[in-house]
Amino acid sequence: MALPVYASPLERIWYYAYRVICALIFLFLIAPILIIIPLSFNVEPYFTFTEKMLALDPDGYSLRWYDTLLTFGMANPEAPRTSSWWMDVWNNAAWVRAAKNSVIIGVSSTIVATVLGTIAALGLSRPEMPFRRAIMAILISPMIVPIIITATGLFFFYSATGLAGSYVGVVLAHATLGIPFVIITVTATLIGFDKSLTRAAASLGASPTTTFFKVTMPLILPGVVSGALFAFVTSFDEVVVVLFVAAHDQQTIPRQMWNGIREQISPAILSVATILVIISVALLATVELLRRRSERLRGISN
Amino acid sequence: MADATTDLAAPTPGRLTTADGRPLKAALGRAQSRARRRAFLLVLPLLLFIVITFIVPIGQMLHRSIHNDGFSRNMPQLSQWFADTEPGTEPDEVAYAALAADLKGAAEAKTIGIVGTRVNYEMPGTRSLFTSTGRKARGFEPPYREAVLEADPKWGNPSLWGTMRQVSRAYSPNFFLASVDLARDNEGNIVRAPQERRVYVMLFQRTFLIAGLITVLCLLLGFPIAHLLATLPLRTSNLLMILVLLPFWTSLLVRTTSWIVLLQGQGVVNNSLVATGLISDANRIQMIYNQTGTIIAMTHILLPFMILPLYSVMRPIPPSYVRAARSLGASSWTAFRRIYLPQTLPGIGAGALLVFILGVGYYITPALVGGASGQLISNLIAFHMQDSLNWSLAAALAAVLLAAVLILYWLYDRLVGIDNLKLG
Repeated sequence: MALPVYASPLERIWYYAYRVICALIFLFLIAPILIIIPLSFNVEPYFTFTEKMLALDPDGYSLRWYDTLLTFGMANPEAPRTSSWWMDVWNNAAWVRAAKNSVIIGVSSTIVATVLGTIAALGLSRPEMPFRRAIMAILISPMIVPIIITATGLFFFYSATGLAGSYVGVVLAHATLGIPFVIITVTATLIGFDKSLTRAAASLGASPTTTFFKVTMPLILPGVVSGALFAFVTSFDEVVVVLFVAAHDQQTIPRQMWNGIREQISPAILSVATILVIISVALLATVELLRRRSERLRGISN
Repeated sequence: MADATTDLAAPTPGRLTTADGRPLKAALGRAQSRARRRAFLLVLPLLLFIVITFIVPIGQMLHRSIHNDGFSRNMPQLSQWFADTEPGTEPDEVAYAALAADLKGAAEAKTIGIVGTRVNYEMPGTRSLFTSTGRKARGFEPPYREAVLEADPKWGNPSLWGTMRQVSRAYSPNFFLASVDLARDNEGNIVRAPQERRVYVMLFQRTFLIAGLITVLCLLLGFPIAHLLATLPLRTSNLLMILVLLPFWTSLLVRTTSWIVLLQGQGVVNNSLVATGLISDANRIQMIYNQTGTIIAMTHILLPFMILPLYSVMRPIPPSYVRAARSLGASSWTAFRRIYLPQTLPGIGAGALLVFILGVGYYITPALVGGASGQLISNLIAFHMQDSLNWSLAAALAAVLLAAVLILYWLYDRLVGIDNLKLG
C-alpha cells in the first residue's frame, strides 16, 4: 500500500494521518498491558510512576511485591529462608496454593476438553455427518452463552448433584468452556486435510486406528495443541464459575486476583499480572509457531 | 423368499448390482448410513458431555425461574385452602386455622424463614411478620382468626392474602413478570411494578446501549487496523498482528487491572495530565468506577474480536478492484465507499455481532471497574444469586438475557455461519 506518485496533496496528508491513527490504536491495544510491568517493580505502594522510577534510580525499583506473593498467607514469613521456610511457602502461601489449583484444574480440564473435542471434530468434519449445523451450534454455545448464565445454571445443577465445592465440578465446568475452542481450531485444521492420505493408508492395509495415529494425528497435531492451549488459557483465566461453584479449597489465581482487586488492590496484583503476561507471551509464541508448522505440513505456503 | 433369491442370483438387465448380487442402490444406502452412524458416534461422547454439563444445568435454571416451592412446601394446609377457593375469597376461620397450623409447623421445622423470604420477594417487609408470628404460633387457641390477628393485626391485610395466594402455587410466571418490571395486584391482574422497584427494564436497556456503543467503538478502532494489516506485506502484518493477539491472549483480569491502574484518580493517565499541566491537581478526571470505565475497558478487551474477523475478510480482497475504480475516474473516497467497503460487509457483520453478543453478557469488567452506573444486567444476576439470594428472580433475568443472546447467536449462524468462527 505504498503511496502512488500521482497522489494528490490531500491524499498524501491522509496517508500519513492514517498511519498515525493506526499507531495510536496499536498503542491503545498494547500500552495497558506493558505499563503494568515496570509498575510491578515499584518500591512504593502506588500505581503510578514515582520520580525515582522516572529518573531510572535503582532505589525506585524493588522486588518486594514479588516477595509478598511468596510470603502472603505463610505461617511464619519472618523465619530465616532455609528449606523449612520454602516448605512453608509451598504449603501455605496463598498465591502458591492458588497457582497449584490453577494448574491442576487447568491441566485436567484441558485433557478432558481436548480428547472429547478432537474426537468430535473428526466426526464433525466428515461430509456425511448428520445434523452437522445444529450439533455444531450446540457444541459452540458454551462460548457464546454469557458466563454468568452458565455459572448460574451450574450452581443449581451442582447443588442438586453434590458437585459443588469439588475439584471434579470445577474441572467439568472448565472443560465445557474450553471445548468450543478445541472444536474450532481442530475443525479448521481438518478443512485442509487431504482425505486421500487416509485412503492410501487404508489401501496399504492399515487399520483405522493405525491410520489415525500414524497419518491423521501427526498432521492435525498442531491444531490439536493450539486448541488445547486455548482451552488451558480459558480455564486459567476463568473466575465466574469458580466464584459460583468452587469452595475455598479450589481457590485459583484469577479468584485470588479477583479478591485482591475488589478488596484492597496492591502492587502485588501487578506482579501477578506481569507473570501472567509473560505466560501469555509464551503461549502466543507457541500457538504462532504451531500455526506456521501446520500450514507448512498441509502445504499452504505464504 | 424363493423369488427373491432368484431375483438376486439373476439380476434383470439394466439393474445394477454389487458383486454379491444386492441392488447397488441398497448397498450404497447401507454404506452411507453406516458412514453417517460412524460420524455421529464420534461426536456422541462430546454431545452427551455438553448436554450433561451445560444444557441440563441451563434447563434446571430455566425451571427454577418459574418454580419456587418455598411457600407451598412449607405451608401445605394454607396452600390447599388457596387451591380449594376462588381468587378473592375472604379468609374465613378455616383459612386462619390452616394458617395457624402451618405457622406452627413451619416454626417447628425452622422453615418459617424460607416462607417469609418467599412472600417477601413479592411484598417487601413481610419476612419479619412471618418469623415473629411463627414464634407465637405454639400458643394459638381457637378461634384462630382472633388469635392470629391479636398476634399481629397486619394479618388482616387483604393484599397480604392476595400475595400469599399467588405464592401458594409452586409454578408461577411472577419472576418473569418481575424481571420486566411487572407485578400482579390483589386480583391477579398484571400491572406495572411500583416506581421504586422498576430497575430491570432500565438495566436491560443500559446493557444493550452500552454493548451497542462498544460495538460501534470497536468497529471504528478495528476497521483501520484490520485494513492496515490486510494491505501491508504479510511479513510486516504478521509482526503487527502480535500487537492484536497479545491482548487477546492476556488474562481478562490482567487487562482490567491495568485499566484500573491507568485510569484511577491517582493513576498514570491523571498523573501525566497533571504533570503536563493540562488539568489541575484538584480536577482529576473520574474515569473509572463509572460507565466510562466500563466502556473503555470493555472496548479494549473486545477489540481483537472485531479485528480478527475483519482481517480475515479483508485479506483476500484483491487490491486491483480499487485500482480499477480509480483508473475509471473514481475519487479515493468513492472508490473506498463504493468498491472496498461493500466487500468488507461480511467481516463487519461477523465482528459486530460477535462483539455485541460478548458485550451483552459481560460480567467481570463491569463488576470491577463499573462502579454503580456501569453495572450491566449480568451484575444484577450475580447480585441476586450471591447477595439477595432471590434465585428464582436471578434465573428469570438470566432466562431473558439468554433468550436475547440466543436470538443473536441464531442470527450470527444465519449470516456468518458458526464454521467461519476463527481464532487468530
